[in-house]
Parts: sequence; C-alpha cells; structure tokens
Amino acid sequence: MTKNMIMGGLAVFVLAVLSPFWFNMVTTTQAAPEPELLGPAKEARKCVLDKYDMRANHMSLLDEWRDAVVRDADRIYVAANGKSFNMSLSTGENSCLGCHADKAKFCDSCHTYTSVDPYCWECHTNPKEIE
Amino acid sequence: MMEKSRRSFLKVAGIAAIGLGAAPAMNFAASDSQGSAAAVKAKNPDALHAERWGMVILVKKINDKIAKQITHACHTQHNVPDFTHEVDTQKFPDTRPVNHNQEIKWIWKEKFHYAFPDKEDEFLNEKFHHLPFMVLCNHCKNAPCVQACPTRATFSREDGIVIMDYHRCIGCRFCMAACPYGSRSFNFRDPQPFIAETDPDFPTRSKGVVEKCNLCAERLAKGEQPHCVEAAEGAIVVGDLEDPASEIRKLLRENYSIRRKQSLGTEPSVYYIV
Repeated sequence: MTKNMIMGGLAVFVLAVLSPFWFNMVTTTQAAPEPELLGPAKEARKCVLDKYDMRANHMSLLDEWRDAVVRDADRIYVAANGKSFNMSLSTGENSCLGCHADKAKFCDSCHTYTSVDPYCWECHTNPKEIE
Repeated sequence: MMEKSRRSFLKVAGIAAIGLGAAPAMNFAASDSQGSAAAVKAKNPDALHAERWGMVILVKKINDKIAKQITHACHTQHNVPDFTHEVDTQKFPDTRPVNHNQEIKWIWKEKFHYAFPDKEDEFLNEKFHHLPFMVLCNHCKNAPCVQACPTRATFSREDGIVIMDYHRCIGCRFCMAACPYGSRSFNFRDPQPFIAETDPDFPTRSKGVVEKCNLCAERLAKGEQPHCVEAAEGAIVVGDLEDPASEIRKLLRENYSIRRKQSLGTEPSVYYIV
C-alpha cells in the first residue's frame, strides 16, 4: 500500500468522523426561539424560580405543583424570592398564563422548536382561546 | 531528623481527626442557619377545613326545578360534557356521530328505587316514588374505588374527600366496577366538542379517563361553598361530619336520615333526610 493511499484514506476518515461539525457549519440552522415576555410578566420580571432554573426545571416544578394541589390541597406557592403564586396553569391572575399572557409565544414557540408535545392543553384551557 | 514519640504522634493525629470531622458539621450548621432560600407550599388563608367533609340532602326541599338547577350549576362549571349538545363542526370538524346513550354525570336526579334498592319495601309510602333524590359520589370513608385504583389516581384525601388525579388515570375502569353507586363516568371519547361553554376556571378531561364529583375541592380551597349547595336553595348542606357543633351534625341529630346501600360498609358521607 502506498503512502498516498493511506493519507487519502485518513483524510476521508477524518472528514467522515467530523461530519456533524462541518455539516452544521455549511448549513444554516434555525436559532432557538427566545420565550417572549408579554403581559404582566414583562413588568414583573421575577418568576417562580430564576430564569435558568425555570428553563431547565419548569416541568418538575409543575409536576410538584400538581401533587401539592390535588393531593395536599395546598394551592399557594411562596417562592424562594418571597413572592407567592397560585399553583395553577391557567386559572386566575396569579397563575402561569395569568402572568405570561401569550401561550403561543411563551410555551409553544420553544416546545415546537424542541419537538416537545406536552399534553397539558388537552384538558387545561387557555382562557384566551375560549372566545 | 525530628524525634517523635508514639504519644505525641497520636495526640496530633487525634486533633487532626477532630478538625476533619468538625469542618463539614460546621459548614452544614452555617448553611442551615441562612435558611431563607426554601420555597413553601401553603393553603389559601380563606380555605374551608374539615376533619371529614360530608353532605346532607334535605330531599323534601328539592323539586324538579331545583334538581335541574343543581345539575346545571355543577356540570357547566366543571365542564362536564353533554352528549345532546350540538357539536360546532367548524371548531371540531372530525367529530364522530354521537351515541345518545352515553352520559357523563357528576350529580343527577334519581328515583328512590334506583337510589335505595335495598330500602324499597312492598308497601312503600307512595310519595317516595316521586321524590327527586339527588345522587352523586358519596365520598365514602371506606371507598372501594380507592382500593381498586391500581395507579392511585383515585385516593382519599386527608379531609375525607375522595378525589381523582386525572393525570394519573389510565382508564382501566376498575373504580367504576368497584363503585356500588354508579357515581363514576368514563370518557369514551374526547369530551371537548360536547361542552357548550368551557369554563376557564376548571380543566376539562381527556378521552380515556374516568371522572366524578370532587365535592368542589377547588371551591372549598378558596373558602367558597360547592356549586350544588349554592344552587340548591338550602336543600343541600355541606360541612364537617366529625365536628359535633357543625350544621350538618345538628341536622343529623334532629332528623332521621338514610344513606345509600349502607349495608355494604362503605360508610358514605352523603346523608338524605326524607
């Protein structure tokens, strides 16, 4: 085997191994959408958890909330930052959607981007959608 | 070279061990004393409390109009589907034709001999055949549905309310077979097209879950009386069965009351004064 063949084979191998990187460099990818703060959330700027914790753990928080509400009948959440919230997705001013006015721009944009399809809204109603 | 006796070596080693052990304990104590960073879950200060919630229905005060009112109040505000409702085909274009034998009910009017089959005597007072008995989940003390549920979607809350976590319901319907009162309904299809006006204050259900009365746990938590109590014009009283001073205990003390299928030992918390 000649030296050229070995070098050529190596080059092909390296290119193939690094394909995810160069593929991403040559193609344009859609940037992740930023959740938009609208309605009362825009002024409040202080959520249940801090921003990064919320991004990573909101689903566990909601899970915890559901058990608290349904099983222990606790419905008020006094967060570590001292603010209190109504542990509810969509009922009342002090719930998730009560503060984050636009579900499409707050929940759906990221969920669609990441191909997550939570089934919250099969039962819980977005009060703005009813009309 | 330094000379070390065995004794001095052990002394130094002992002191070092204490130091090593003390550091984590000190850190733990220090972090604990800061303490403000923990979130707390609490009840609404206005919430109504009871050792065991119960209900008294004064049957004589209920007529057909009030019975209808009660069912209407409960069902509209809990988004209970009505399969006689004309589906909005614009909004729900793929809805299959309706089977009108299907029903979902939380509280409804029932005839005496269906509600109390074991009390139907041969020569029963004629009036009992015409009285409207409102039947609903009995929130039994020994609820058979709770024992039957394989996922603990149905459970007895501390305050005696038998309630469901619809998220956990897998639709096996063991609870429906276990309930001797027929208080539970199954969503054989998506209920949403059959809800005339969705109340945003209460979630709907999805296809494949069982549903039933929750004694308006969401209203008790806000310090309000259940919908049926408000609609019944004084014919339904809800209160604490374990509190001898409560209004329902007073009613039960002073009147003869019956419960549904008491002989089964489920200890229903709904009493009927006839």
